[in-house]
Amino acid sequence: MFAPEFDYHKASSVAEAIQLLGANDGAKLIAGGHSLIPLLKLRLARPTALIDIGDISDLKRIIINNETVSIGALATHWDIASSHDVKHACSMLAEVAGGIGDSQVRNRGTIGGNVVHADPASDWPTVLTALNARFVIQGPGGASRTAAPEDFFLGPLTTNLADNELLTAVEVPSFAANQRSEYAKIAHPASGYAVVGGAVVVTMDGERCTAASIAVGGLVPAPVRASSVERALIGQTLNVENIMAASNQVVNDLGSNIIGDFYASATYRRAMAAVEIRHALFHITGEAHVGSRAVSVIHGVQYVPVDREAIPVSDPGSIADPVSSTESVNTENQPRKRWWEFWRRS
Amino acid sequence: MEHYSLKINGHVYETGAEPFESLLDVLREKLRLTGSKKGCDEGECGSCTVLLDGKPVLSCILMVSDVRDREVLTVEGLPQGGEPHPIQVEMTERGGIQCGYCTPGIIMSAYALLQENPRPSEDEIRFAIAGNICRCTGYSKIVEALQAAAGTPIR
Repeated sequence: MFAPEFDYHKASSVAEAIQLLGANDGAKLIAGGHSLIPLLKLRLARPTALIDIGDISDLKRIIINNETVSIGALATHWDIASSHDVKHACSMLAEVAGGIGDSQVRNRGTIGGNVVHADPASDWPTVLTALNARFVIQGPGGASRTAAPEDFFLGPLTTNLADNELLTAVEVPSFAANQRSEYAKIAHPASGYAVVGGAVVVTMDGERCTAASIAVGGLVPAPVRASSVERALIGQTLNVENIMAASNQVVNDLGSNIIGDFYASATYRRAMAAVEIRHALFHITGEAHVGSRAVSVIHGVQYVPVDREAIPVSDPGSIADPVSSTESVNTENQPRKRWWEFWRRS
Repeated sequence: MEHYSLKINGHVYETGAEPFESLLDVLREKLRLTGSKKGCDEGECGSCTVLLDGKPVLSCILMVSDVRDREVLTVEGLPQGGEPHPIQVEMTERGGIQCGYCTPGIIMSAYALLQENPRPSEDEIRFAIAGNICRCTGYSKIVEALQAAAGTPIR
């Protein structure tokens, strides 16, 4: 329930929406409404006018050619997750879309609304940074420009979109046959938002990594490229040792502004950035059983590594993996307590 | 105030509403279809879930102007010939309901799942109702009820 303190306009075209934005000082665009309406109800946003662009069918299109997947800003997460063409051209887009929020959110929430909202805990900004996306932006008089993720995401809930501009599409380069990708996150147990998320795209020549594009989010005001990890991976075979060593380099890329709250401290999040990157990489290399005790979420499903034996003992990144070091008690022959037995005294 | 003809549960309802009013408010306050519940009213809890063109959506953060020319199904639309839907029967008989506030939303999410996937696994059921929060049952009885409604074996 919110007070009708604003005007409401329905735009039938992009040009009309931009014209209405110019004519209404303090106006906001609305489409799926899954970020803006809660903000209105919480009184965190007080626009003077809402311009409803939800009916502009041009903005819902997904266009795929040999080089590019162009996703209209109004495509819902479900539209992206359920598109066989998207899955074929850039599987990461479809996989991530299928794990966002819950089915109600995926059915109404749009990719454009998600990226212009620029929530640091959101999945899309991190993933689109790793995918080298381009944001297609239209301004007054038909002027069009594109922005790279590094220029577009400025901080929490802040983008470089001007008040009279509109995001029309997100363009992502199609995957080549030798590219692999994965996104792993620690999901907040209540909301599913990323506490820490790592998105990885690698180009492989056999076992060897020839190019890497890696981004982390959730723990930083805006997603950052893990350039140190990328450099450490290029030219290397993606084996357990190399992945462990490279992923630990991420601490060099995070900067000093790390988010911490009562759920996860900044120290913990900083340590987990490497863990999420390596979980994503291990999924790519098929060594998903390797890792730490951290529970990641991949494709919307919880993934619990089971075998910790394979971690090299001389792990230089014990800082990034604080739970993997000791625990030498032999529990082999003891029956494992099931979760419903924990109330019993042993 | 604008005029809306809303297609809900196979009937056409005429009502006046501001375009930015939530569908949930219109359903409950204007049309007296109070089956859909208002829990958080911010799109977190799922108790307001209705089907829009067959897909579950949150009616509390859905503007009524976006529902024009589309089909809405609420929990009131499920019974056929005065008989409750099998999901409703199993939810009541197998203890899937305690306080009952989340129930209409869970039933609508489950109904949408069974339309697409008549024999879902337990994991698929849990994934489908992930957007519906229940603070009473611990979900086990709900999942059992939905497995029973789908005719799949209960663990």
